[in-house]
Amino acid sequence: MTGENVSATAPRGLAKGDLGIAIGVVVLGLIAAWQTTEIPQSAYAAVGPRAFAWATSAMLVVMGLFLVKDALSGGWSHETDDFGEVDWPGGLWLVGGLAVNAALIDVIGFILSSTLLFLFTARAFGSQQLVRDAIIGFVLAFVAYVGFDRVLGYKIGSGLIEALI
Amino acid sequence: MNTFGHLMNGFGVALQPLNLLWAFVGVTVGTAIGVLPGLGPALTIALLLPLTYKVEPTAALILFAGIYYGAMYGGSTTSILLNTPGESASIVTSLEGNKMAKKGRAGAALATAAIGSFVAGTIGTIGITFLAEPVVNLALMFGPADYFALMILSFVTVSAVLGSSAVRGLTALAIGIFLGMIGIDNQTGQARFTFGVTELFDGINVIVVAVGLFAVGETLYLAFQKSSKTQDDSVLEVKDSLWMSKADWARSWKPWIRGAFIGFPIGAMPAGGAEIPTFLSYYTEKKLTKYPEEFGHGAIEGVAGPEAANNASAAGVLVPMLALGLPTSATAAIMLSAFQSYNINPGPQLFATKPELVWGLIASLYIGNVMLLVLNLPLVGLWVKILRIPTPLLYGGILVFATIGTYGISRSVVDLLLLYAMGAMGFFMRRYDFPTAPVIIGMILGPLAEQNFRQAMTISQGDMMTFLTKPISASLLALAVLALVGPKLWGMMRKA
Repeated sequence: MTGENVSATAPRGLAKGDLGIAIGVVVLGLIAAWQTTEIPQSAYAAVGPRAFAWATSAMLVVMGLFLVKDALSGGWSHETDDFGEVDWPGGLWLVGGLAVNAALIDVIGFILSSTLLFLFTARAFGSQQLVRDAIIGFVLAFVAYVGFDRVLGYKIGSGLIEALI
Repeated sequence: MNTFGHLMNGFGVALQPLNLLWAFVGVTVGTAIGVLPGLGPALTIALLLPLTYKVEPTAALILFAGIYYGAMYGGSTTSILLNTPGESASIVTSLEGNKMAKKGRAGAALATAAIGSFVAGTIGTIGITFLAEPVVNLALMFGPADYFALMILSFVTVSAVLGSSAVRGLTALAIGIFLGMIGIDNQTGQARFTFGVTELFDGINVIVVAVGLFAVGETLYLAFQKSSKTQDDSVLEVKDSLWMSKADWARSWKPWIRGAFIGFPIGAMPAGGAEIPTFLSYYTEKKLTKYPEEFGHGAIEGVAGPEAANNASAAGVLVPMLALGLPTSATAAIMLSAFQSYNINPGPQLFATKPELVWGLIASLYIGNVMLLVLNLPLVGLWVKILRIPTPLLYGGILVFATIGTYGISRSVVDLLLLYAMGAMGFFMRRYDFPTAPVIIGMILGPLAEQNFRQAMTISQGDMMTFLTKPISASLLALAVLALVGPKLWGMMRKA
């Protein structure tokens, strides 16, 4: 049977992406089970801290196995797949922005770090106006900092710009 | 005191100038985030949760309830003018609403949505007012075993019955319960699921999970998607008057009322969910209309009914939330965690111990609805401008606020990395069609279920049969089993 002849109802065989997700769920369940064995037993309560932890681990493993079964018999994600083509540059700009933010926020402070995150995100969504985005990002981060840190009492910490105001 | 007296006292609280201001801020912010695609009330309330350290409970909850109601109104503007509904409950509105806007009838569509939301929101709030006490009286008979059974029922309906797949819904729920269990067990003081990481001993903040799943996850999804950059997202113009014609009124008022009476009961059930009532309302109106030929081409009934159902079910969700402490949507779960950060537990006792809080909140819902009608009709032009914010700037801004919501409360890069991990999970859940709301509900409700389970077991001296010998608990558990396997059995019986 060639690919074109496969009808919608015929089994499509293995769905790789779905299988990866399904195995991930099983693994999460096994990790949870391993962590459950690390919880010390408690002699005092009728139900100790382990009972629900075991139940949750078991639920993850069982659901994961159901998903594995689904994935091996054609998978599910193709039914509702509206994702289409992957935009690698766009996605990677965003991932880069998140990484830059996590790396720099303790060093240069929220305002500058967030301005960079804003720039990277705008680029990820196809914006080419670097100067405009930088100005808007900076103003937004600045206003958000003043609003949340100084007015609402969040503790966003200090940084290069924060020290000036 | 009777319900009416309580409500009057509630108005005394809600009409205090400062509380009015909080309600106004709430409905305004709520409308704005409802209008913006990609933002929802669950995310917004999560971002504002740290306010609970600063503001007194009544004010914070009035603010959050305003955001919740406002987002329902705002969502309809987007689905009418943009055809890319922000939340699943608005999908139905876009079916007819967007067609109306394309035919130059955007004003009438917005008007029937806003007035319908007002009518249904008010009917729903009246429903809360009068249903709360009977539910409270019923709930006072509940012991820990019954609560546990109720939560199991709610788990099943929220994750397995609603949504496209029971297995994926329950997987999301299990992940949520897992996340909720991370940290020190508060009964025995033992660390669970912490992997020895000290930062995890206090548990994972629900803010990190909600913002990660909803904001970072959504942004990642769209950034990696090619079609999100090329699709036509032009905002339709509002050319006609915002006042409905006589014929529009005649065709709208019955769908409003019907929508409200479809939406409220479904919202108030321990299952929740706003999608089912909107679809039900749509098909009801399609069946009852005198103009079936207009359906699919911009029939006003198809906007009026579902919008009303949407708002009434949003109101209904507050009944189990307030009277039972049982959240049935992601937003309700996050509102519950707002209560918890004040050490207040919603539920029957709350009506006795803090009547001014509960009834002040309910009264503010009436006031919020009036404010929303004004905000959404004459001021609709303002919201249309918000809708024109270019996507790159919108998502840049969302991530800046996501950073504030997590790093801004702990100043910990660990939380930021956790936020991104949740974002990655949100991306894959969206990509592989897992519902995200059960994660939040499991995270908040899981620990409560465990607590009730342990109490019930302590009372019964370790006898599991207590869940089956108590009539309330036994029937709730039977319902849960039925909800879980019923649809499958039904399918098999029909095949056989």
